[in-house]
Amino acid sequence: MFVTELLQTTPDPAAETALTLPDYDPETQAALFRYLLRLGDSVLILGQRTSEWCGHAPVLEEEMALANFGLDLIGQARMLLTYAGALEGKGRDEDTLAFLRYEHEYRNVTMTELPNGDFARTMVRHFLFASWMVLLWARLQSSADPHLAAIAGKAVKEARYHQRHAGGWVVRLGDGTALSHDKTQAALDDLWPYTAEWFESDEDDARLAQAGIAPHPGELAAPWRETVTPTLAEAQLRMPPESPFRSHGRWGRHSEHMGHLLPEMQYLQRAYPGGKW
Amino acid sequence: MYTQAMDLIAKEAGNTTPATAEPEAYQREFDAKIDRGDFIEPKDWMPEGYRKTLIRQISQHAHSEVVGMLPEGNWITRAPTLKRKAILLAKVQDEGGHGLYLYAAAETLGVSRTELIEALLSGKAKYSSIFNYPTLTWADVGVIGWLVDGAAIMNQIPLCKCSYGPYARAMVRICKEESFHQRQGYESLLVMMREGTPEQKAMVQDAVNRWWWPALMMFGPPDSESVHSPQSMRWGIKRVSNDELRQKFVDATVPQAEVLGVTLPDPHLKWNPERGHYDFGPINWKAFWDVINGHGPCNRDRMAARRRAWEEGAWVREAAEAYAEKAKRRATTHPTAA
Amino acid sequence: MTQTPTDTPRRDEWPLWEVFVRAKNGLEHKHCGSVHAVDARMALELARDLYTRRQEGVSIWVVRSDQIVASDPDAKPELFDPSADKIYRHPTFYRLPAEVDHM
Repeated sequence: MFVTELLQTTPDPAAETALTLPDYDPETQAALFRYLLRLGDSVLILGQRTSEWCGHAPVLEEEMALANFGLDLIGQARMLLTYAGALEGKGRDEDTLAFLRYEHEYRNVTMTELPNGDFARTMVRHFLFASWMVLLWARLQSSADPHLAAIAGKAVKEARYHQRHAGGWVVRLGDGTALSHDKTQAALDDLWPYTAEWFESDEDDARLAQAGIAPHPGELAAPWRETVTPTLAEAQLRMPPESPFRSHGRWGRHSEHMGHLLPEMQYLQRAYPGGKW
Repeated sequence: MYTQAMDLIAKEAGNTTPATAEPEAYQREFDAKIDRGDFIEPKDWMPEGYRKTLIRQISQHAHSEVVGMLPEGNWITRAPTLKRKAILLAKVQDEGGHGLYLYAAAETLGVSRTELIEALLSGKAKYSSIFNYPTLTWADVGVIGWLVDGAAIMNQIPLCKCSYGPYARAMVRICKEESFHQRQGYESLLVMMREGTPEQKAMVQDAVNRWWWPALMMFGPPDSESVHSPQSMRWGIKRVSNDELRQKFVDATVPQAEVLGVTLPDPHLKWNPERGHYDFGPINWKAFWDVINGHGPCNRDRMAARRRAWEEGAWVREAAEAYAEKAKRRATTHPTAA
Repeated sequence: MTQTPTDTPRRDEWPLWEVFVRAKNGLEHKHCGSVHAVDARMALELARDLYTRRQEGVSIWVVRSDQIVASDPDAKPELFDPSADKIYRHPTFYRLPAEVDHM
């Protein structure tokens, strides 16, 4: 059974064992586990941030859109973390992974954990991130790993809509009023340096690229820039200059914000140990 | 979710001019339609009192949905599992959607969304006072689904057949979606009561204790004191009396509480074989009116949150309009560029 | 004549759009409500987010509410009553022998 099917059925405790796992050598398996956390944590943490908007959007119609973003991201996180847990084989399920790790064990890209800020910042981040994910998911659709390929096939459609809807807002706000333009430009300037992290790589990335499981991160840098440039230009936004700043969330070194996000997210699991939900 | 405030509306609507000012033939035709059980549609002639009552009732209902997003929204970022997080987010999103269906229905009566929202934010319009209670624990989320949505469904089903077409159609859509809300709430409580730790069970019982009476108040004042006008019944926009619905709710809920393994906080609650219903204790109506009149635990917080969202969103709404204007101008100057 | 919202658009709010959803191929688009949006693209996206959360649709139309021309309810008698007596247009008007009545 594919992990994508698993979560679409009503909960069945026996279902987890029904996941057919590929047979990898230990190094590849460990590298894929960490890679799944990097992906899964990124969508989890961005989903958490997005859900903070619920009840506070600028217009009621947009509540619906933001909640749909959040639901897609949480759904992706569930599949990725479920698969990560199964692959690891130590009995950790999606929730053990999502709620009961220490801060340095989370591998999300740093941008996802930054506070939402105003609506412009939220939409600029979502647009930059979704544009990256569209490219990444598209490549992962042909991953040598069947589960990852199946997850990507589902997620790529969701990411495309996110890119489209958030991109629409980036253009409207960038080319709207003087005030909205300034806010959008400020958001882009602040967020841009965090994108460099997405295209850095290590031995895990090299190993997975070698095995045809995931693309080498650096390969996506140029296509990503080509994807976002026309929208930013249409939005009358100036491309921020390159910066030597580097973030390292994918390696477990986070911003100060992560230590505030996690206690809120983990509260019930920590406060009611052994609870059933 | 729901509005309980129909009796309060009826009181105001009673003061509006009756149909004498309107052409008699129109009035006769309108009455005949109501008697036949036909629907009234937006462009049809209708008495001013009917229109005003509907605008108030539908918009209060819409406001209740939107304000109702806040108490449960309070727990989305702290939901205990990813599945529960997704369910809760979807549910609160539905409430926003229900608010939108209802605003759209109200707008067919010649009132703008902005007017409706301004009425809410200025405190002129009411919303269901159930949302002025705090959600103190995770179990509140489940109990709201079970009791508050349960009461709401009971209140709303008759409205699917109300005489105003757009409202009835919105209610059909809403009722279809609400049943997920009640079931998810009850199921989450069931898991905690059957498989949970003693601390979790205590959390559920505490939440039931706090929400039981406010849920019963959702049906509005007792019929004996109710100002609910025969007019609303006559117009087919209120169909069943408050006490009847409340009794129906109690009768349905008691066995559900037994299955769950919680006690309902009412020493007078017991089966009355003669009536064929459960008897229950007196409701503290002073508490009800206090909350309606702005003195509930969360009235100020709820309104402050709605006002903040509206004010902080102003520049976004303006920017979107400014962009649309520019795009339109560009399209007329360079038609091919579009 | 009753006043409809489209008679009095408010300058300070986004225009209203009527939303029509096709549930699946083979069926027509059906009116299901409205949304406020600044332009057609936004109207389509917001309609998608509001009216197709439970797989209710495969295609959406949006149209500015103030672009819809509706028949006058006062003209209902002359528009629609005259068809009431044309009962010979309906198949049930014709009584046929039982052996061929499935016709």
